[in-house]
Amino acid sequence: MNGGLAYPILSTLIFVPLIGAGLILLLGRTQEKLTKMVALVVSIIVFILSLPLFTEFDKSTHLMQFVEKHQWIPDWNITYSLGIDGISVLFVLLSTLVTILCVLISWNSIKVKLKEFYIALLVMEGAMIGVFSSLDFFLFYLFWEAMLIPMYLLIGVWGGPNRIYAAIKFFLYTLVGSVLMLVGIIVLYFYGGQTFDILELMKKTYPYEMQFWLFWAFFAAFAVKVPMFPVHTWLPDAHTEAPTAGSVILAAVLIKMGAYGFLRFSLPLFPDAANAMIVPMLTLSVIAIIYGAVVCLAQTDLKRLIAYSSVSHMGFVTLGIFALNIQGLEGGILQMLNHGIVTGGLFLSVGVVYDRTHSREIRDYGGLATVLPLYAAFFMVFTLASIGLPGMNGFIGEFLIILGGFTASKWAGVLSALGIIIGAGYMLWLYQRVFFMETNQKLIGLQEMDTREIITLLPMVILIFWIGVYPDTFLSFMHPSVEHLLQRLHSGGQEMTAVAKIMEIIK
Amino acid sequence: MMRMPDIGPAMPEIVMAVLAMAVLLLDLMVKRKASIALLSILTAGIVAYFVMASSGVTFSGMYIADSYSLFFKLIFLISLVLSILISIRYIELEKLNFGENYRLEKVNFGEYYSLMLFSTLGMMVMASAGDIIVLFLGLELMSLSLYVLAGFFRHDTKSNEASLKYFLLGAFASAFLLYAMSLIYGMTGTTNLNAIAKYIAANGIGHNSVTMLSMMLFVVAFGFKIAAAPFHMWAPDVYEGSPTSITAFMSVGPKAAGFAALGRVFFMAFGDLQIDWAGIIIPIAILTMAVGNILALSQTNIKRMLAYSSIAHAGYALIGIIAGGTEGVASMMNYLFIYAFMNIGAFAIVIMLRTEGFKGEEISDYEGLAKSHPLASALMLIFMFSLTGIPPTAGFVGKFYLFMAAVNAGYTWLAIVAVIFSSISAYFYLRIVMNMYMKEPRQVVKLSTSLATNLALTVTILAVLLIGVLPAGVISMARAAVMGF
Repeated sequence: MNGGLAYPILSTLIFVPLIGAGLILLLGRTQEKLTKMVALVVSIIVFILSLPLFTEFDKSTHLMQFVEKHQWIPDWNITYSLGIDGISVLFVLLSTLVTILCVLISWNSIKVKLKEFYIALLVMEGAMIGVFSSLDFFLFYLFWEAMLIPMYLLIGVWGGPNRIYAAIKFFLYTLVGSVLMLVGIIVLYFYGGQTFDILELMKKTYPYEMQFWLFWAFFAAFAVKVPMFPVHTWLPDAHTEAPTAGSVILAAVLIKMGAYGFLRFSLPLFPDAANAMIVPMLTLSVIAIIYGAVVCLAQTDLKRLIAYSSVSHMGFVTLGIFALNIQGLEGGILQMLNHGIVTGGLFLSVGVVYDRTHSREIRDYGGLATVLPLYAAFFMVFTLASIGLPGMNGFIGEFLIILGGFTASKWAGVLSALGIIIGAGYMLWLYQRVFFMETNQKLIGLQEMDTREIITLLPMVILIFWIGVYPDTFLSFMHPSVEHLLQRLHSGGQEMTAVAKIMEIIK
Repeated sequence: MMRMPDIGPAMPEIVMAVLAMAVLLLDLMVKRKASIALLSILTAGIVAYFVMASSGVTFSGMYIADSYSLFFKLIFLISLVLSILISIRYIELEKLNFGENYRLEKVNFGEYYSLMLFSTLGMMVMASAGDIIVLFLGLELMSLSLYVLAGFFRHDTKSNEASLKYFLLGAFASAFLLYAMSLIYGMTGTTNLNAIAKYIAANGIGHNSVTMLSMMLFVVAFGFKIAAAPFHMWAPDVYEGSPTSITAFMSVGPKAAGFAALGRVFFMAFGDLQIDWAGIIIPIAILTMAVGNILALSQTNIKRMLAYSSIAHAGYALIGIIAGGTEGVASMMNYLFIYAFMNIGAFAIVIMLRTEGFKGEEISDYEGLAKSHPLASALMLIFMFSLTGIPPTAGFVGKFYLFMAAVNAGYTWLAIVAVIFSSISAYFYLRIVMNMYMKEPRQVVKLSTSLATNLALTVTILAVLLIGVLPAGVISMARAAVMGF
């Protein structure tokens, strides 16, 4: 079903940014203004083109929508197939929105190799949408890995002082995980009857032994991306050293892909293994929540603090996902969206103030609220959303997750609630040190936010309150897909045992 | 009266030999060496036509022209043409000053192109060999031409050293090959590959220790040619010392020829004994990948680094041989085809850095290249990512096919080992990208561009990108090539 649209919307969303990148390639090196305008226009066009996904989405079915399927490599039964369902649609929209904001926030801060920067940004957008909408494993892997190239360049070329280390660390970590997933994909291909089609592979059942190994192979790739403890160490460096746009894309979209991978692949394909691995997964999630939060308390660098808070928040997400019940799953997916919005907003805000002071150290700040009151108000909204204050999006997500987590394991629920308290601790303390207290000398005379920066932060604020007050607009997308996923999770294994019981009786 | 053997299938080689000799003679008369290069490319084109048009078995089964040899001959001819294209400007630049007492003397590059043609002729004979003597003939022709080409800069000590090392070690390896051949002749009484296989099957001498010894010696000899560990020691020095265009040629052509010969001998003659020789090749493959990837990490000279990378890529291709069967051999051939393009492309950029008085062979010479030459840096970036095996480049497709073949043959663990080494390789390939894009230039680097080099770069970059996104054609070609094998 194509949602009644006459044209292949998903392919358009993937290729228009690539065409935009090609356009920028043709522009002259000195035409900086024009380059930025082209990037902005292209990203706005892509966003507008992606809105039909929001409006035309059929919320009553779990089946894939806006599907496209073409023969690509017949020798290997690889097709170019795209489609989205309730789990992925919101992330495609998030990707398109975040790209616009990244273009806007980098307007004045990127001064060298402008052309290459916007090309990398647009190529990233195409790849991100590709990852979320791929229905063929080869295609998925292609987009998943292809993302590494522009991200590596974004961190390494336009980043902070330690960028080379951060970039190669990010690249190698993600690469090792991804190639292990590749072997897993190939094993799945041969076992599943020589097909790379994700939907077909999801319909089959696999022996537990194979499920177990494949679960961990895929885990290698997704856990690095999320990032789960203990393979999270690339995140603080990458987030801190990346330019603002890079940090925003990393935090808002890239790390969601790890959790998306768990939802799309690990749970439906390996339901028995997933059910059996609940304890290790929940343990790692809780460790991430508490460890990430406690480490935040010790941070002196603004971006590094927000990076570790990402580790903590994504711990909530994986907790929700591996609770394997409806509240946990929906909470996890919603929290993925929320975290993208809130942490994206936080990094955008840091970018605003970094443009002015060129310092990320917290001790270089203080009393910013008197100098930049409007900015302080925006930052306050993001801080409270990050803590999970009711009325804002974080509350809905965290509430659902803790509910689901508590149902799965009482300890997980209790410890994650502890994580929320520590979260409040570090965020409010951060706010106090940066915005309240005595005004730092270096901050006197700073310019208030201009229109461009307000426009950049505004969509995030609107979404925070929209999801916080009326989350059903977004939750309604997920219901059928999550229910179908749960069916698969809980019956996929039982089908096997039912058959086994019958076989025993027959014998 | 003796019947004249049917020379139809052997026409490509005959044409190549005649035209190579013609080029050699014309060189005496033609002053502009670029014209000789053009004639050589024309030769390659004519030979390619004959390659497509000829097939069959001739000379009493000593010479086989089938789809397998056709595919490999295409690889050889493509690498020949690309190497010639990147040589033209490079050797024009090589004015060698050997001391203030002597005048500047241009090294005479007359035989350069004809030697390359003869080397390719040797490779073609190797790919078509149905008999181990013919194989040896092709191998020697290829190697001897290359020994001379490696030492072409005769006033450069490094070049001389490279040539001598290559010659000595190559002669040693040829001796191993002859010993292996004599052993198998002694056991079976024939030098024809098919006849050997029949004899082994009929007489059950497959697990005889002499046969096993012969197989091992074949592995040693071919292992040297493809620079597999532990027979790889010559490669870094020879690659570093040779003229860069010859390094490019050497890294692709003889390697592919070695694999072609390896495939012929092991799948035709020792076809039934796959379990045995796979057991020999598996540790060699793992060692090769390990040596190639790990030792490349510490290199500071880009030619040496690319030499170790070449060693590693031979290791990956060996996985295809280990996997065996249609898929294994097809994946190996596919990989070598893709490897030709991406490797020569990378070398083309390396050659471009060679300008008057500036060698440009150190990795640190690439620092800040993106600032002064964004297009060349972008091309190098794509080649480096392709060599690592990152989609959407052709390098990924090549590696993917190899891993598919390995998993299908039951060697999942080997695929895991290969992917781990592949990720290690990311570090040294990306070091080039890092230097180009993320560091400040220490000196002004000029590039020596020319129409021919640009043409070679266009062809290779298009191949790398197109095969990466639309690989169906190349894969079916590789598969079809193995069908008749």
